[in-house]
Amino acid sequence: MATHTDVVSTPKLAPDLAEPGMLGPRPTATHGVWSWLTTIDHKRIGIMYAVAALFFIVLGGIEALLMRVQLAVPNNNFIVGDLFNQMFTMHGTTMIFLGVMPLTSAFFNYVVPLQIGARDVAFPRLNAFSLWVFIAGAVFINMSWFLGGAPNGAWVGYPPITSVQFNVGHNSDFWAIGLITLGVASVAASLNFFTTIVNMRAPGMTLMRMPVFVWMTIITNVLILLAFPPITIALLQLIMDRTFGAAFFDYNKGGMPIMWQHWFWVFGHPEVYILILPPMGIVSEILPTFSRKPLFGYPLIVFSGAFIGFMGFAVWSHHMFTTGMGVVAVLAFSVTTSIIAVPTGVKIFNWLGTIWGGNLRMETPMLYALSFIAMFSIGGFSGIMHSAAATDFQQHDTYFIVAHFHYVLIGGAISGLLGGICYWYPKVTGRILGEKLGVPAFWLFFFGFNATFFPMHIVGLNGMPRRIYTYDSAMGFDKWNLFISASAFVLAFSFLLFFINMYWSYKHGEIAGNDPWDGRTLEWSIPSPPPVYNFAVTPTVTHLDDFWHKKQTGQAAPESDGQLIHMPLPSYYPLISGVGMFIMSMGMVYLRDHLVVATVASVIGFLVLLFSIYGWAMEGPGAEYLDPNKKTGAYN
Amino acid sequence: MSSAAVHSTHHGHDDHHHHEEYSYTGTPNKKIMMWAFLASDCMFFGTLISTYIIYHGKSLAAPYPVEVLDIPVTTASSFVLLMSSLLMALTVAAINRDDLKKFRLWIFLTCVFGLIFLGFQSFEFTEFYHQGLRIQTNLFGSTFFTMTGTHGLHVALGVLWLASWWIYSFFGDMRGKAIDIEVTGLYWHFVDIVWIVIFTVIYLVEFVGVGA
Repeated sequence: MATHTDVVSTPKLAPDLAEPGMLGPRPTATHGVWSWLTTIDHKRIGIMYAVAALFFIVLGGIEALLMRVQLAVPNNNFIVGDLFNQMFTMHGTTMIFLGVMPLTSAFFNYVVPLQIGARDVAFPRLNAFSLWVFIAGAVFINMSWFLGGAPNGAWVGYPPITSVQFNVGHNSDFWAIGLITLGVASVAASLNFFTTIVNMRAPGMTLMRMPVFVWMTIITNVLILLAFPPITIALLQLIMDRTFGAAFFDYNKGGMPIMWQHWFWVFGHPEVYILILPPMGIVSEILPTFSRKPLFGYPLIVFSGAFIGFMGFAVWSHHMFTTGMGVVAVLAFSVTTSIIAVPTGVKIFNWLGTIWGGNLRMETPMLYALSFIAMFSIGGFSGIMHSAAATDFQQHDTYFIVAHFHYVLIGGAISGLLGGICYWYPKVTGRILGEKLGVPAFWLFFFGFNATFFPMHIVGLNGMPRRIYTYDSAMGFDKWNLFISASAFVLAFSFLLFFINMYWSYKHGEIAGNDPWDGRTLEWSIPSPPPVYNFAVTPTVTHLDDFWHKKQTGQAAPESDGQLIHMPLPSYYPLISGVGMFIMSMGMVYLRDHLVVATVASVIGFLVLLFSIYGWAMEGPGAEYLDPNKKTGAYN
Repeated sequence: MSSAAVHSTHHGHDDHHHHEEYSYTGTPNKKIMMWAFLASDCMFFGTLISTYIIYHGKSLAAPYPVEVLDIPVTTASSFVLLMSSLLMALTVAAINRDDLKKFRLWIFLTCVFGLIFLGFQSFEFTEFYHQGLRIQTNLFGSTFFTMTGTHGLHVALGVLWLASWWIYSFFGDMRGKAIDIEVTGLYWHFVDIVWIVIFTVIYLVEFVGVGA
């Protein structure tokens, strides 16, 4: 039974030493906090990503509500000036980097290995590393609230607003260094998921048999790999300017602040697709399941996603039409921006084709998925309006833009992600997310969202600028702003209901069973929650929607023949790496003030990181053997 | 770093983490990950090099590149770095033959050549500093030190990685590690190739007088 590959005998090599040079013991906790801190199980890591992301979405939401209180009435002085700047900067930064991206990451972690029939990701410890470095970066960037003020140069951080001459505090240092730390986490995770999807698919799962969510995941991760380097270098240049007086964005020394805008949007526009492609994948899973039809035009959806990813790198300057780039550049980016609407439209029609003539079940995942199509379409239409540079000049930096990207990111991304939570909640917890509270929560979300953001189109076209902390009554924005602020609280309340529902269902929800939705993909073929090793027997894939096909043709899931399953062991080192990164980042912030002390702190952080890298390398992945016919190993 | 093997199911304590890992493509995970990382690293250096080219000739204060760059000296250090790539290739070949003695020799020399390159770089940085070129002096200083500094950091990390393997080979078990050495080698070759581009953009362009 054991298919052990014999090691080629190599007497010339080093003597046979068992576990040479382990720097410390391995973790042994199987329950409690330490088992979570040291886990390398993709499912537990996914859950932690989700919990952290939802926490930060609440935090970013509170920041938004505080701004809406300020803007509810004209000439208000609840939060003014720099504090308001800190609010919108941290709202944007939090929602994008600490909310939506980690929430997509939670789905990558939990769902992708299950959908491709793998026991874990390619590098389980690196996966834990990504989580802890993300947590380190997220905590670090929010420490700024208590250490002299949060970042205040908007989520785009344009110099000279973020240059040290005009922004003397450490606000922007926390922002720049924090984003680099978060970038390390994202790139590490992307390397992992790219390798996982390329290499860890179950036998027979060819590329064109992969679920659409897996496709969108690999495209997203390629985008992260290629888009994060430009912003990382730009942030490094900004840090060089701020800390060592370099000339990159200093006009007095010949530097060009516009360069920052280019680097930022070379990253920033692909980032938009990094945020929206995973929800598109989620919606492509939900719609066929709840329409009881196969996905309409699977290859077109896949290739459209890939084309969107490719074109995502060719449209960045449409964020900069008003900077005076010249006619040729404006025209070129106008055209590419119009082109990118085509594959997006193709996807929308394919989703509609999926629903058409289907036997629809209007449960919460489906409601959110339909909301995604409708709301994302509206955001997409206003996006096409921006591609026409002449009209964009009127809309630039107004609330019209704010309305546009919130339709894409809340109506689109968050809708899709909440739908994904409803869809996979039974798989993760073993219980159905209750409909009684879920449906009202959805409708409150839907109406609260539209009431908050649709009027922003109107005040925006009437000229209300974004990122300004107040307005005069004479401008005629009063009524709409009061309405928007009130609606924002309705939207916030819908999230509260959603979270209450999650908690209630976790305790009292209906037991789900393996396959509550009559699903199509491999994750529904295993127990809910899945055992630690996911699949007792590695599935062999013969079709797209393989599990559906097997159910239709009456093929039972293969039974375990008692073969033991090899799993890697937990590790302390990913967590220690995160601590090291945190200390290193803290030191770097204060290089400008206390060169020696800050350098020492940075070096200590680096040494902690280095120690954990060596400990990590020396301990090896380890191995334990689980018997699928016993309950051992399944901790959920 | 290894993966949760999908297939291997074996008993006993004879596992020396050498069992064949399942992979869909047949290429080891580590290798695929390194290639993906290098793709990402291309964008890092692409951004640095683009910044240098865009800011070339835009410095408002002396010293300008033509005044400080010492092309013969850097040509020598570039040659050393490129030869380290040859030594790296020999290192990989030796470990693939399970020839531990040669492996130790070649990997040690690769480290030494990397260190020589870093020595040249510190000499160059010091020299420029004495000639009045600092990171805050002008755009040339900012772009030059940031780009070559980032590259130097890559070389330094590579030397640390190679040296760790060299030391490990005296007390650790090198069986089944050929793939790890090959992955280390991919990184090292990449860092060398990037230097060819940087050397061209900074030094050779100045030498032929483009835009000077």
